[in-house]
Amino acid sequence: MARFSSYEHLLRLAALFAVGIALFAGLRWLLVPADYGLIGPYRASALTQNQAHPIVYAGRLACIDCHSDVADVLKANAHARVGCESCHGALAAHAADPGVTAMRPDVRTTCAICHVPDTAKPAGFKTVNFAEHAGAESCSSCHQPHAPRP
Amino acid sequence: MPPPDRRAFLLQTGKLLVLTASAAAAWDYVMAGEPEKTPDYDAAAHWWAMVIDVERCIGCGLCVRACKTENHVSLEPDCFRTWVERYEIDPDDPDHPHVTSPNGGYDGFPPVTNEGVKTFFVPKLCNQCADSPCVQVCPVGATFQTPDGVVLVDKDYCLGCRYCVQACPYGCRYIDPETHTADKCTLCYHRITRGLKPACVEICPTGARSLGDLKDPNDPIHEFLRTHKVHVLKPQMATHPKTFYNGLDGAVR
Repeated sequence: MARFSSYEHLLRLAALFAVGIALFAGLRWLLVPADYGLIGPYRASALTQNQAHPIVYAGRLACIDCHSDVADVLKANAHARVGCESCHGALAAHAADPGVTAMRPDVRTTCAICHVPDTAKPAGFKTVNFAEHAGAESCSSCHQPHAPRP
Repeated sequence: MPPPDRRAFLLQTGKLLVLTASAAAAWDYVMAGEPEKTPDYDAAAHWWAMVIDVERCIGCGLCVRACKTENHVSLEPDCFRTWVERYEIDPDDPDHPHVTSPNGGYDGFPPVTNEGVKTFFVPKLCNQCADSPCVQVCPVGATFQTPDGVVLVDKDYCLGCRYCVQACPYGCRYIDPETHTADKCTLCYHRITRGLKPACVEICPTGARSLGDLKDPNDPIHEFLRTHKVHVLKPQMATHPKTFYNGLDGAVR
């Protein structure tokens, strides 16, 4: 034991280390958010924040809830795949409160979004030169958007 | 009262610091608890992927507009979470395809009718890489991969250093001109966690885009990947993208 009689310098060193560690722990507590690292190397609440974003497009199922008659017409024809909100616009507000008026799309503009000719479009996709085909006539004079044939 | 002893003072302060810090850390741990979860959504049970059927894309730009509306993406130039490119490849010069994307395809495309030139549309979006370079370069952990395989940005924690914008080999990130932080496609995380499809998938009139859950054995994506010749963008980057392209031309980068 006599060999270790002068150990005070070790205590001082230990105290210095302790202060250093405490400083590190204190600063880390101050600077790192509380939920950092709970799931991975990021703030866990960032997940919830991303999830909290409001929904703008209600989705086809929400539309069918009330408008199942239109869905039945659509089912059997070329527009069966087309989402309701592709033509009618974002309608989450309307789905949440039917008092909010849904937009009635302008037929010719809406049809043209897809059906203007372009060689880059897939081979089987139906396109038409609107001016030659119909002049100034509205598309819906002959074609029903929910059942587009003939 | 005797004058304070320097040694005693240091000792006391040291003890106090250690105790306060450890108590604070312990209290944090107790108070943090589990992060709040969306009801009925178990992130660990999903592994989201996208399938893009290039041969169905008609370049209408509905996805670009729907994405901006759904996610409140800035209308300023070069802010896109998804965009559509049109390739025009002259068979006499196949190494230099002419690629255009006017305003990302937001307003559609001016029609081309040049016969004899190979033309097609390619929708682009975040590839949700399983080994994503943008996550690796973030110095603060503001961008990360969720347990269900979506790469997200923590906008409150992002410094706006733009490392990730440079790191993405697909050019899928931009700086939000309002918050000056990085932003990107979230695969509509707020929608898919509530059982909805992403806005671009919901809106695509030809079904060129579809969302799939690779962890769900009943998801049609497995059948699709098995029966189609799919490809990913820039496989040589070893990013292991989860956006699969069907009918992708070799000219697409």
